[in-house]
Amino acid sequence: MTSLQFLGVIIVAAVAGMGSVLDECQFHRPLVACTLMGLVLGDITTGIILGGTLEMLALGWMNVGAAMAPDAALASVVSTILVIVGHQSIGAGIALAVPLAAAGQVLTIFVRTITVFFQHLADKFATEGNCFGIEMCHLGGLLLQAIRVAAPAAAIALVAGTDTVNAALAAIPDVITRGLQVSGGFIVVVGYAMVINMMNAKALMPFFFLGFLIAVFTQVNLIGFGAIGLICAYFHIRGLQRELNAQAAGPAAGGTGNALDDIDDSDLM
Amino acid sequence: MEKKLTKGDLFNIFVRSNFLLGSFNFERMQAIGFCVSLIPALKKLYQGDDLKAALKRHLEFFNTQPFLATPIMGIIAAMEEKKANGAEIGEDTISGVKVGLIGPLAGVGDPIFWGTLRPVLAALGAGIALTGSIVGPLIFFIGFNLIRLLTNYFGVKYGYEKGTELVNEVGGNRMRYLTEGSSVLGLLVMGALVAKWTTVNMPMVLSSYTNQQGEQVVTTVQSLLDSLMPGLVPLLMTFACMYFLKKGANPLVIILGLFALGIVGYAIGLFA
Repeated sequence: MTSLQFLGVIIVAAVAGMGSVLDECQFHRPLVACTLMGLVLGDITTGIILGGTLEMLALGWMNVGAAMAPDAALASVVSTILVIVGHQSIGAGIALAVPLAAAGQVLTIFVRTITVFFQHLADKFATEGNCFGIEMCHLGGLLLQAIRVAAPAAAIALVAGTDTVNAALAAIPDVITRGLQVSGGFIVVVGYAMVINMMNAKALMPFFFLGFLIAVFTQVNLIGFGAIGLICAYFHIRGLQRELNAQAAGPAAGGTGNALDDIDDSDLM
Repeated sequence: MEKKLTKGDLFNIFVRSNFLLGSFNFERMQAIGFCVSLIPALKKLYQGDDLKAALKRHLEFFNTQPFLATPIMGIIAAMEEKKANGAEIGEDTISGVKVGLIGPLAGVGDPIFWGTLRPVLAALGAGIALTGSIVGPLIFFIGFNLIRLLTNYFGVKYGYEKGTELVNEVGGNRMRYLTEGSSVLGLLVMGALVAKWTTVNMPMVLSSYTNQQGEQVVTTVQSLLDSLMPGLVPLLMTFACMYFLKKGANPLVIILGLFALGIVGYAIGLFA
């Protein structure tokens, strides 16, 4: 690894670390982080394929409310380094990603706890009317998240590809790597389950089964499912409108009769 | 002289809103981020002790879906502007509006952005990425960020223009339509993904005989299941995961469990 590549690794890792807390640009998602890391390490194709594989694994990992999901940033960044620099298989990458995601989760919880310090510092700056100070507290928290991923990534980048590390990775028995690849085929159900649970809409589960059945018995692609989903959503909303309007009109004995017209459908899409 | 926020101030709030979660902490979550996003407006509107009080009231607990925090920023900026010009708006009113909007907007934003938009775009992108094509990551990254930036930009703008009027709308039917509509789309696609983007192969041979034409007919566990209902095993696995997650199991533990299942299954010849 050249020193320019090493610098690139640190920058990509820091951006992914910041992305993991911001959750805006999605630089922490495997699809983006692995691709960028692959680009820096000179093997973008492997980065993209590993990113796609890990993205499937991490599909349902989301920070909702105060709950912390497994950390996609550290998992993506470090496993890409080990796979590309250490010439490992994608299967080995999957195997490494899971413990790394757990370690990343612990680290981010740790950082989010010590950021409470900046919160109190910001309170102090507020009493002084110091806007710049508050802005620096904000940046301080962000910087810690960058370091949390960049530091482990830099350490791994230094040892990746050495004989010791390669020997350790090669010592993983074949039955484990092949078994992991088999599980890779269905591990994504955990993500689907997380998304479905988050929606928390039992009454809408028939739409889930509809999607399942269409997929099982036809060759419709994902764009097609998007279109079918939009049509289903349209009819569902129409039904909901009627139901809510009937409820609203019920006690008022008769209602205005044109309640359906107050909703402009064009705004819903 | 009347104090007025300019387009530039609102644009500044929009830029800062992209860093809302930067200093997320377990005590007051997005509090610093919200305050920092509003600082361009607060600095314009207040000086001295008024500024100190304004900074303090926006360092209170705040946590919602990050993209839908932007309408709240817009509404609050409009309220602060009125207050700075002498309108009778108490601190508790401003805090009340803020806290009151957190729940409903998270309730709308989570299923739309985390439940539908991101998984659908990510699944689409990941499927293409598995072939090694850069198009996969690009579709995900550009598609998601385009929608996100538009949401953030118009969130601040719309929130500011409509002000407190918007508060009633958030609780209204329209938001419910949006949430349920997106949940319908998201669940339908999830159902499709469970069937399409999972691979389970159980090659264990159940029976094998030579038929009258002299052809070897082999029935495996997989071919039997496929003749009943393809995709049944992933479907059952999904339900099992939903059950364990509802019981409070850590997703990583479930993932490790499935890994163990894969390794043991491969070793005894159940899976291939």
